[in-house]
Amino acid sequence: MSDPVLPLGGARFDGLIAVEEVPQGMVALRGSLDAEAVKAAVTELTGAAMPDPLRATRQGDHALLWMAPDELLILLPRADGPQAARDLADTLSGEHALVTDVSDARAVFALSGDDGRLRETLAKLTSADLSPGAFAPGTVRRTRLAQIPAALWLTEPGVARVLCFRSVARYAFDLLSEAGREGSAVEVL
Amino acid sequence: MSTRLATGGRLIDRSRQVSFTFDGTTLRGHPGDTLASALLASGRTLVGRSFKYHRPRGVIASGAEEPNALVGLGQGDRFEPNARATTTELFDGLQAASQNCWPSLDYDVGAVNAALSRFLPAGFYYKMFIHPRAFWKHVYEPFIRHSAGLGRAPAVEARDPDRYEHFHHHTDVLVVGGGVAGLQAAKTAGESGLRVLLVEQTGHWGGRAPVDGGTIDGKTPEDWIGDTLQALDNMPNVTLRLRLQGAGLYDHGYVLGYERLADHAPDAPGPRHRLWRIRAGRIVTATGAIERPLPFAGNDRPGVMLASAVRDYIVNWGVSAGDRLVVVTNNDDAYRTALAHHRAGLTVPAVLDARPEGGGALMAEAQAAGIRVLTGRGIAQVNGTRALTGVEICAQAGEGTPLETIACDAVAMSGGWSPVVHLWSHCGGKLVWDEAAAAFRPDPDRAPIGQDGASNVIAAGAANGQGDLSSILKDAEKAGKTAARDLGGTPSDASAPDAEQPAEAPLAPVWMMPQGAPHALRAKAFLDFQNDVKVSDVHLAAQEGFESVEHTKRYTTLGMATDQGKMSNINGLAVLSRALNAPIPQVGTTTFRPPYTPVSMGAIAGEARGPLFQPIRRTPLHDWHETHGAKWEPVGQWRRPYCYPRAGEDKHAAVAREIDATRGSLGLLDASTLGKIVVKGPDAGRFLDMLYTNMMSTLKPGRCRYGLMCSENGFLIDDGVVARLDDDTFLCHTTTGGADRIHAHMEDWLQTEWWDWKVYTANLTEQFAQIAVVGPNARKLLEKLGGIDVSAETLPFMAFAEGQLAGHPVRVFRISFSGELSYEIAVPAGQARALWDRIVDAGAEWQITPYGTEALHVMRAEKGFIMIGDETDGTVIPQDLGLDWAISKKKDDYLGKRAQARSHMTDPDRWKLVGLKTLDGSVLPDGAYAVTEGTNVNGQRNTEGRVTSSYHSPTLGHGIAMGLAHRGPERMGEVLTFMRDDGKTAIEARIVDPVFFDPEGAKQNV
Repeated sequence: MSDPVLPLGGARFDGLIAVEEVPQGMVALRGSLDAEAVKAAVTELTGAAMPDPLRATRQGDHALLWMAPDELLILLPRADGPQAARDLADTLSGEHALVTDVSDARAVFALSGDDGRLRETLAKLTSADLSPGAFAPGTVRRTRLAQIPAALWLTEPGVARVLCFRSVARYAFDLLSEAGREGSAVEVL
Repeated sequence: MSTRLATGGRLIDRSRQVSFTFDGTTLRGHPGDTLASALLASGRTLVGRSFKYHRPRGVIASGAEEPNALVGLGQGDRFEPNARATTTELFDGLQAASQNCWPSLDYDVGAVNAALSRFLPAGFYYKMFIHPRAFWKHVYEPFIRHSAGLGRAPAVEARDPDRYEHFHHHTDVLVVGGGVAGLQAAKTAGESGLRVLLVEQTGHWGGRAPVDGGTIDGKTPEDWIGDTLQALDNMPNVTLRLRLQGAGLYDHGYVLGYERLADHAPDAPGPRHRLWRIRAGRIVTATGAIERPLPFAGNDRPGVMLASAVRDYIVNWGVSAGDRLVVVTNNDDAYRTALAHHRAGLTVPAVLDARPEGGGALMAEAQAAGIRVLTGRGIAQVNGTRALTGVEICAQAGEGTPLETIACDAVAMSGGWSPVVHLWSHCGGKLVWDEAAAAFRPDPDRAPIGQDGASNVIAAGAANGQGDLSSILKDAEKAGKTAARDLGGTPSDASAPDAEQPAEAPLAPVWMMPQGAPHALRAKAFLDFQNDVKVSDVHLAAQEGFESVEHTKRYTTLGMATDQGKMSNINGLAVLSRALNAPIPQVGTTTFRPPYTPVSMGAIAGEARGPLFQPIRRTPLHDWHETHGAKWEPVGQWRRPYCYPRAGEDKHAAVAREIDATRGSLGLLDASTLGKIVVKGPDAGRFLDMLYTNMMSTLKPGRCRYGLMCSENGFLIDDGVVARLDDDTFLCHTTTGGADRIHAHMEDWLQTEWWDWKVYTANLTEQFAQIAVVGPNARKLLEKLGGIDVSAETLPFMAFAEGQLAGHPVRVFRISFSGELSYEIAVPAGQARALWDRIVDAGAEWQITPYGTEALHVMRAEKGFIMIGDETDGTVIPQDLGLDWAISKKKDDYLGKRAQARSHMTDPDRWKLVGLKTLDGSVLPDGAYAVTEGTNVNGQRNTEGRVTSSYHSPTLGHGIAMGLAHRGPERMGEVLTFMRDDGKTAIEARIVDPVFFDPEGAKQNV
């Protein structure tokens, strides 16, 4: 097996904020997020506790992102996706759950910079409320960026992850680069 | 003539000069000037020609309501027509040009229209140009288009080099308007700690208050504004934005804001305009009021201006409208203009006050200053054509007999004030007629309603019909408190500031000056300056039976120009109400629609231009296709290779070569766009039995089955191959266009109807690339790559295997859409390119040939396979396509089953799928209809079928087509007559079996 290719080969942009395409292992879980067995299984896999709605939890290079009332996205190192998906499916074999490796399905961008500029760059593209009071660190929003669906995760002030489908990685990167151009700060957030 | 005064001008920086051009002449102004103030300062009273009659027009107002002073700004790629000079901030190097005049502004040929104006009344076009019919297109319309119109559109080849963007903003309270009311409302709301956004469309805070005077909390308005801004700046929860107009109000507190960042500073980095998409819990509209003109003959002459504008130009920009200013009014406010002009050291020969008793304290002040005041008087007409020389005064109560001529070079008129109710009205807020102010103001009992059923808009200050400074501030303070309380905030108990202004006497409505003006005067008294609508036009409309204000608007074009009738509407409907002898509230207003002033197309588009116009979906193999010369075909937002022409090949030849190579040896297709949805759970089989017309629950793990999906109305919506991965897991392949739609369809049924079924779905379309290896040598290639047993015994047709192919984790599906031996290889997207490259290398010995969507289409048509979207169009059921074999007779139910039992669906007269072969071997036009004798009730030729797919088959050497024909399968061998694209010549085709090639399936069963 060859090394997986990132959709944009690790593209990077520096402007009001920095945008960098990063490798990311991802496993999608659909199931009852309240079930003890499910909670135990994802915590065993990642070390992180089941997040509350619209939130994420982290443990080292693992994280759990709440995506929907019955959907969780597990982040882990890029190479671990297939095996982790198999292991988790085995652990949950007695549960009604669907586990899939989606490491290749999405592009992931790491955003960093001034917290206000980062929020504004995204607010040019999404209708979600990204003000500090509504979008605190640890929040996950599934929303859209201009014309595509995307998920936003503010990991800490001034640092965020943006996830979108692989096929529109170029569009998403170009959007973020356009919105984050020098000289276009709104200076309200 | 207008000129720059020696002193004054609170907004300009006299220490610096900027130069600009108007119609090529270089002129100078100061930083802080608007284009209008700079033109007036340069003595330019004539700035444009009117829309219909080409009458000379000058600046009339000082803000967004300006109807006359529209100019073309910039040149080439940056040219912008119809820019209001009054809202264009001056910068060094600005280029402006007058509009609607030829050959020049001063000598305009079109002015002949003015001489003919009595032949061009309202409705003239409708009456004159209706006969003869044929003249419209070739004579009348070109003539009208040439003679009418304002700015010209930018050149076709022009490309706007500026950048634009959107910005989504969420706030608790939005305050629109940065005058004293807006400042006070924002301060009051801000003190509660809620998020407040205060926006002002101009480049400075405070609105008119610094011009109009009075005191607030014992300070000058200017000092109070400064202190309040300081207080707002200190509140971290309050955001202040200048040059940001609240342009439109929509449902549920959604407001569009139009921010002009670089119009005044074209060299600034960053976007030119920014469209704010604001969500607000409460909206305070503190949008002020607009002064109304008075309808008297010649009120459109350059030099006749709104009284407030004359005052603004003196106080804000140090510009006088003329040396001798006659003020004509029906209210006290205009006396402020007389006093300002007088204080500037200029002459006010008279104030003509239409009220018999005159005004109050301000009149007394004017008289004390030695200004002559004539009460019960008005203007009969204006003397002078290009430059004003004087006015004829008359009794307002009379018919216009001139009593006296007063020499003057400027006239300031005031017909009272209309609250700016646009935002209030955009989303359904209603108005009440305020008799005392003779104006419509917001009706607080019928405010716009938010998503919670409560009023979400609060009008404040002059926009709410308040007149004097004290009531304006009290009203604004109340609005701020209401907004805060509505949202659960606790406003401070600070009370509104105390304000003082001279008391004013009541206004007297004047809808025609003089009130008994004969037709000759009415025909020169303008209501809508931009569209050249006069009092006489509205009278004519009423006389001709246009009783509704909406009909009158359209018949006369009153209020239909780029200013949307900001100055003209109230006067127009008052004139209409008089003509109809109906009260004004009964006549009502026309509808206020967003935006408040025109918003640039760039701002609306935002980032969506050039490469970002729309997302383009790329498969993991996109780059390979591009470097190998693929001609693209858009498939939804995907780009798929249509074919790969080689040097010297056209598309047709490339497609033929790709088909020949595939059928002869080995072809390669990027099928990654096909939908791949995993369906898992104890009820997955039951679920798929309901979704597909055939039985999926009996499919064995490791095997594939072709299936059809219908809507609940029975129509075919998608098809594809289902693979059973294990006992309770299925992988459903959908069409390219169906991936998202079918996934949503599945979730729709699972979440709303069968919510208790244990099924989960996941759309893995983008996780896997899918590579089809097709042709007689396909198996050899896979064997050469190694890792998976693909022998006919181990991997028969409609089976799949999982494993490592050339070191890549894959699923290999032995399925075929071409009739050839064919494998579709699913591989994680990140490894797709590596595997594709290996396949291309390994396939060289068989001349492996990548093929595109057209070869795919031709090969499937040769085999008679249907294509969703070609053979189906939302009205076709599987039975129409002869797919009865794929419809289970055993199942109790599936989506569409009941609908397919309806009498029309089982009607033997339905059009059904057949193959079509032209008698001469040519290719039928796609979509062509088969015609038959006679015509239908609409006089159209009767038809009995149509072509759904049509290609040249290189394999067979003639045209092949599929189509739907009346009782088609029963008519094998019959000849149908199709019409070519010209609709005249016929082409004959025989009904044949739709499977043209290898009907036994010998090629794929190897």
